Amino acid sequence: MSKTPFSEGITAGRLSAAELSENFGDLHPRFDDHEALVAADRCYFCHDAPCMTACPTDIDIPLFIRQIATGTPEAAARTIFDQNILGGMCARVCPTETLCEEVCVRETAEGKPVEIGRLQRYATDTLVDAGVHPFKRAAATGKKVAVVGAGPAGLAAAHRLAMHGHDVTVYDARPKAGGLNEFGIAAYKSVDGFAAREVDWLLKIGGITIETGRALGAGLSLDGLKATHDAVFLGIGLGGVNALGVDGEDKDGVEAAVDFIAELRQASDLASLPIGRDVVVIGGGMTAVDAAVQAKLLGALNVSLVYRRGRDRMNASEFEQDLAASKGVRIITNASPKAVIGNGAVREIEFAYTDDDLNPTGDTIRLAADQVFKAIGQTLEGEGLPALERGKIKVDDAGRSSVAGIWAGGDCATGGDDLTVTAVAEGRDAAEDIHATLMA
Amino acid sequence: MADLTSEFIGIKSPNPFWLASAPPTDKEYNVRRAFEAGWGGVVWKTLGEAGPPVVNVNGPRYGAIHGADRRLLGLNNIELITDRPLEVNLEEMTRVKRDYPDHALIASVMVPCEEKAWKDILPMIAETGCDGFELNFGCPHGMAERGMGSAVGQVPEYIEMVTRWAKEATGLPVIVKLTPNITNILYPATAALNGGADAVSLINTINSITSVNLDVMSPEPMIDGKGTHGGYCGPAVKPIAMNMVAEIARNPETAKLPISGIGGVTTWRDAAEFMALGAGNVQVCTAAMTYGFKIVQEMISGLSQWMDEKGYESTADFVGMATPNVTDWQYLNLNHVTKAVINEEDCIKCGRCYAACEDTSHQAIEMSEDRVFTVKDDECVACNLCVNVCPVEGCITMKTLEPGDMDERTGQPVSPDYGNWTTHPNNPSVQAAE
Repeated sequence: MSKTPFSEGITAGRLSAAELSENFGDLHPRFDDHEALVAADRCYFCHDAPCMTACPTDIDIPLFIRQIATGTPEAAARTIFDQNILGGMCARVCPTETLCEEVCVRETAEGKPVEIGRLQRYATDTLVDAGVHPFKRAAATGKKVAVVGAGPAGLAAAHRLAMHGHDVTVYDARPKAGGLNEFGIAAYKSVDGFAAREVDWLLKIGGITIETGRALGAGLSLDGLKATHDAVFLGIGLGGVNALGVDGEDKDGVEAAVDFIAELRQASDLASLPIGRDVVVIGGGMTAVDAAVQAKLLGALNVSLVYRRGRDRMNASEFEQDLAASKGVRIITNASPKAVIGNGAVREIEFAYTDDDLNPTGDTIRLAADQVFKAIGQTLEGEGLPALERGKIKVDDAGRSSVAGIWAGGDCATGGDDLTVTAVAEGRDAAEDIHATLMA
Repeated sequence: MADLTSEFIGIKSPNPFWLASAPPTDKEYNVRRAFEAGWGGVVWKTLGEAGPPVVNVNGPRYGAIHGADRRLLGLNNIELITDRPLEVNLEEMTRVKRDYPDHALIASVMVPCEEKAWKDILPMIAETGCDGFELNFGCPHGMAERGMGSAVGQVPEYIEMVTRWAKEATGLPVIVKLTPNITNILYPATAALNGGADAVSLINTINSITSVNLDVMSPEPMIDGKGTHGGYCGPAVKPIAMNMVAEIARNPETAKLPISGIGGVTTWRDAAEFMALGAGNVQVCTAAMTYGFKIVQEMISGLSQWMDEKGYESTADFVGMATPNVTDWQYLNLNHVTKAVINEEDCIKCGRCYAACEDTSHQAIEMSEDRVFTVKDDECVACNLCVNVCPVEGCITMKTLEPGDMDERTGQPVSPDYGNWTTHPNNPSVQAAE
């Protein structure tokens, strides 16, 4: 007998293939030509545009939109890629509602910003889909740079270094390059294997070798890399998952949200992916929303997202919160996990209600749960890293770590805000500093 | 409620909105629907000589330029006069006029520059019951190559001669339609007046190439790889048309010549502006071709509301009211000082005023780090560019300084006196006269 959302326990096949395909379709499909022109026409070509200032990678947004409006999306793509080589993924995953679009003057004027993210996707897809790589590699410098981590920071650094003529080897612990773009983002934000296609397209610059299945500590040492390369860039992300720190956390069915998201992204058949009937996600960031929404889309009957503070403190943007709510996720705030209850496997989870300062009010609530996803933050893992600050590799504005010859960027380093686009900016800027250092 | 009933050179119509001689008025089907939609009158598409009618191209006839969101701002065409047989048009006109006796029906006419041709055809057309004639001296393409249309309109002597023939051939009112493809509109207007015209209508279309096909390297509209200049019309030509209307209206010799205003009239406001400058009524084409006949409803309601608000009972109350205020540059009051003022509440912080002023004008706008834009009165020459580029209507305005107020740019108090160039000390001819 086939399963339904009402079926008990953690089980696969709650929804039909057709329903799953519909649920996991493109969240914001690409604009067609007409939609792009209409959207581009709304841009005022502002002076010293607020959207540009808000973009961590400083993309010249008014210029690329004007290039779209005048029928040259290829030139628009070039403008974007000049600043952000992963502009295609950023167009899909950037929380534009809290970055460029939030400050768009038409948001001020009409409460409806120019749809910058979707226009960026229109432009970047034009070149990526055509397989056209718009940059050429400079003459070889003979310098070798090791990049550890093939996520947004590492890829951005590698591309910029290769463009300047250096030979780059990118090491990544996973079996595929892409980092969080490939393993850590909701499937409906990056359909049709875009993350992998984007990596292939990026590598067309030449001069970059990717070695997967190579992790620091597992046959790869920082000292070894330093000895064999002229510079090292660390973009290793945050490999560890914070624990709830409550009784019963080790029960079956309590999992890291990032693992669920990664498994889902790599699944070839969503119908074979098991999901609970009563799912509880703990956390208030993008990872929590991605896990909760996807659990619902897989056919979970009840999905609750529980956050310890108020909605206004959630890291997930208002858009993400609304998306979760629209998909049927119940958002519970001001509740901290107290105990995971169950005999072997989780059956219920108890929360204590708290005020905004996290003081318990004395009230508790128990939610039925056959699956619990932890999404309360990730931590840096690794031995022998350069000096840390607040749990991250301490870097200066140029991405230099405490150790000469080692740069770092992205989520593993200080200074960022755990966004793809920020990681790209940091990787790019560190690469420029590495280049300047090596050529000095 | 305001009375929109119009009487133009004795021709009555329910309102001052006529459809110009053009594709919308080429046949009975269209004209009936136009009248039903509310148009006050039509100038039937230009009739030519009896016999085999002209032929049109069988490819694109129109080219266009667009504004944001593909809003059509300018249209050009290479269509000729009616390509239907004269007798068919006359039969249709007769039926339409019979069924719509209270609407204006004007026959536009263009035949070769021969007295007999004009004197033969006008009485024949008059039998349709039409209310008057419009002599097409304006078409800039095709027919002009055959010595008609603007080929006549560009030679004042021809205008006067043909107008006289027409007036001799008919007792009906004769309107002379003028081409803008000349250097001074007063010459053709005066010629029409001297020939006995009852009115002029203007403007006809402007010689134009709207775009170039960069693949084929040909002007558009393109016919088999080639293009020709077409006649330009639509919102883009309104400023040119209004200037010509005003020139005729304020010229003492032609001031009494009634004018039917044509050129980019798209809204009631456009119509009111033409009429304020001296047009007794307006003719519309491109707006109807862009949006359909229904737009006349907005023109009627808008003009009516505005007239009510202003207390005008009939259109005659405001026709020409702006004409006396059209003057020569040399008579503008140089002691009138204004300054731009940016309303921070309305400002959406796009910075276009700043870019325009800083890059291309007088560096008179200051931008703070948090994007507050302020006018520097000591630099502002009140050029109005910031007002024009601001996307928010009414956000930037011009404040008039009162006499005695300090003009921080010049360091001089504003003079209470009127003073123009003719008396200005920097004017060499003033000094020469001393």
